Amino acid sequence: MTVWNQLEPLLGKVQKPARYIGCEDGSQTPEHTPEAAAWLLAYPDTYEIGLPNQGLQILYEIINERADGVAERTYAPWIDLEAEMRAAEVPLFSVDSHRAAADFDVLAFNLSAELTFTNLLNMVDLAGCPVRSADRAADDLLIGAGGHCTYNPEPIADFLDFVVLGDGEEVVGRITEVVAAWKADGKPDRISIHRALAGIDGVYVPALYDAVYGDDGMLLETTPNDPAAPDRVEKLTVADLGEWPYPKQQLVPLTEVVHDRLNVEVFRGCTRGCRFCQAGMITRPVRERPAEQVRTMVAEGLKRTGYDEVALTSLSTADFSGIEEVVRDTVNDPDCGGQISVSLPSLRVDAFTVGIAGEIQKARRTGLTFAPEAGSWRMRQVINKLIREEDLYAAVRSAYSQGWRRMKLYFLTGLPTETDEDTLGIATLARNCIEIGKEFHRNPSVTVSLGGFVPKPFTPFQWFGQNTREELQRKIFLLRDELRRDRGIKLKWHDPKASVAEGILGRGDRRLGAVIEDVWRNGGTFQEWSEHFDLDRWTAAIERAGLREEDLVYRHRTEGEVLPWDHLSAGLHKDFLWQDWRDALDEVGLEDCRWTPCYDCGACTGYGIEHVVASAVPPAGGSQGTGQDRTHGGEVPVTLLPTNRRDPVGAGTA
Amino acid sequence: MNLRIRFTKTGKIRWTSHRDLARIWERVIRRAGLPVAYSQGFSPRPKVHFGLALSTGHESLAEYLDVDLDPDDPRVPTAADLVALPGRLSAMLPAGIDVTDVVELHGPTTSLQQAVVSCDWTVEIRDVAPEQVGPAIDRLLAADELTVTRQRKGKDVTDDVRPYLLHLAVVGPTEHGTEIEAHLATQPRGLRISELIALLDVGGTEGRVRRLTQWTLLDGARIEPLAGSSGATSAPHATKRAS
Repeated sequence: MTVWNQLEPLLGKVQKPARYIGCEDGSQTPEHTPEAAAWLLAYPDTYEIGLPNQGLQILYEIINERADGVAERTYAPWIDLEAEMRAAEVPLFSVDSHRAAADFDVLAFNLSAELTFTNLLNMVDLAGCPVRSADRAADDLLIGAGGHCTYNPEPIADFLDFVVLGDGEEVVGRITEVVAAWKADGKPDRISIHRALAGIDGVYVPALYDAVYGDDGMLLETTPNDPAAPDRVEKLTVADLGEWPYPKQQLVPLTEVVHDRLNVEVFRGCTRGCRFCQAGMITRPVRERPAEQVRTMVAEGLKRTGYDEVALTSLSTADFSGIEEVVRDTVNDPDCGGQISVSLPSLRVDAFTVGIAGEIQKARRTGLTFAPEAGSWRMRQVINKLIREEDLYAAVRSAYSQGWRRMKLYFLTGLPTETDEDTLGIATLARNCIEIGKEFHRNPSVTVSLGGFVPKPFTPFQWFGQNTREELQRKIFLLRDELRRDRGIKLKWHDPKASVAEGILGRGDRRLGAVIEDVWRNGGTFQEWSEHFDLDRWTAAIERAGLREEDLVYRHRTEGEVLPWDHLSAGLHKDFLWQDWRDALDEVGLEDCRWTPCYDCGACTGYGIEHVVASAVPPAGGSQGTGQDRTHGGEVPVTLLPTNRRDPVGAGTA
Repeated sequence: MNLRIRFTKTGKIRWTSHRDLARIWERVIRRAGLPVAYSQGFSPRPKVHFGLALSTGHESLAEYLDVDLDPDDPRVPTAADLVALPGRLSAMLPAGIDVTDVVELHGPTTSLQQAVVSCDWTVEIRDVAPEQVGPAIDRLLAADELTVTRQRKGKDVTDDVRPYLLHLAVVGPTEHGTEIEAHLATQPRGLRISELIALLDVGGTEGRVRRLTQWTLLDGARIEPLAGSSGATSAPHATKRAS
């Protein structure tokens, strides 16, 4: 059962062997039984990247609480161990009980980044399972996937038996039931489990659909080939985060990982409406965790884990109702001995936010990060990141005056309608920040971090033709040259080649399957890692597959065009997205719908759910500088927390 | 108040690094509510001191850790707390790390790094029979000088390591090879197990390596690092594999 005895002699030959031993505080070694569906939950990147993944940890606990399911975890073995494993014929294993992957019923991946797709194939192969679902025998592993990348699963449709769209907390139980029943039947054939899975809301079974192409190579439709498959698969949304206080036993790794701290999710979803942001579009509506539950999870989590840092996670944590109280209570908790630091990823750009940051970082004021995303107000209206320059400068002034010396500013380049004037606007913003800094310090520094924009499915920019690699490179160098003589400003940028590969995978259709398999077979794993990434592998594979980079990445899509993900739904009406795309081109911004009238994007009304926020008014300090009229509010379906969680306030159009 | 803690590192957990172990201890000390003293300055660090590093992959029955506590903190453990502390800490630590003793250090003490002069080891050499290892050991012990070339500050340096070999003998065959016991000096630089195996020059690969005891000197006599403070304690001689 366990491969530990075969694995252990290999560990002395590889880097960081602690990644493969499990033994974390919070890890479980459940008893496998013939009645229980056995899940091997996988993150297709290294342990250091994968272990902190909260989605995987949540499902791990929920499945292991069930009588009819068990779950263990696995991560991509680094290249050195993979070579040793293949030489010694050691299969992919769980880190919990070091059981071979083939001893499980389901191998399910969390997909958070497109460039990990080849690692998925590699892990399926290491598990001893055929990489294509069509080649699998009745009792082979069921290969599943969930996570943000599965909103367009078509590029990897050939490799997956099932895909979950949206929040996994509830559906993972339904899948467990179905798989356990299939197992009890002796796993008679593949089609019966495919049909049963397709009958679960939110579960997409690619094998039960055909993609039809026209003579010109354009996708005509993706349509069911089996009566068990619905025409359209809708995403799943957990209505009340308060019912899911997971992870309850966050894993505490024995070796260093990213985000090595306690993580407490304070809300899910975001309605800021930034048009480039896939996460903000597909996770709507906003569902806050009750503040009291956040406090409990923080206090108990710190006590249990021994961590001295907690991150309050969400897509925009300063928007959490009661954020100030929660932060103050944590920092001042006498049980924590005053040594606890709180980190707030994804901060809004305004002085209010800096105030909260000041509350937290009393001792160490090293650096603060803001994400204005674009260099001009015009550009920021196009992308709907409505930060006015005065908001940014107020935030920066507040930060410098409170002792911070280093600012990091995140920007995107290659945005729709972007001109060189917009790009150079980044230099102006950075210079003005330095000037403000000089009022307080001798040598203020600003780091400008520039990423190439990659349009994503289910966003208003899904129709936009991505900038070419040459164009992105030109813009990066334009800014680099502009800032060459500026003291205190440092420019960093993301490799435009990686943006191209992301673009290829993000919006591709099923024909990409051959490309991904080709790249994997030629050794292209760990493409997220710059030392292993190689764009040439991808362009060569695209050519071999008879496809064109131009069609996949740089071409503007048209209104009537069938998109590879049209048979899937993130709850957003396609005409809402199209209208938002037109508004973007007209440079019209859209305010946050939590406190303004509903735009009927579909995320609430389509599923009969609502925003769950504790405050009927926008947080102090303005709503990211939208300057919106705050007398409005409560005209959207909003449930107030925590006093009246069940009663919608106001008109409620749901 | 300063504590010296002795603990084991056996089984799967031996694949964690020295640095990993430091982080594990930092969290456990916090969980246990030990009022550790912090250094002064811009970024205060807990005053926790480790002894000789153990190579990743090696086991040990005798690792040590010194923890300085804030004497003014009301949570400073009483004598009764100290008795219960090994059990409490072990319960919070990962499987394979067990606290076998905790003593209070009195008066000025030398750091573990400086105080420890030698260690006892058992070393498994895989794929080599005892009959091959025995003569090789005799040859090493008979030598007046054994030179090892090492990289130091980017330069090759040749050291005579014969003085580090205090005792060396074959224990017997194992499932996969031969087990030897070694008593190796640690000052000023020590001799690595991998270097010892290379010196034996009988081929084979390093199998299970376990540190049994660390020794300090008190008036010329060998004692364990916490014996001087709490009276005589001997290292546990458990040899059972933990995994």
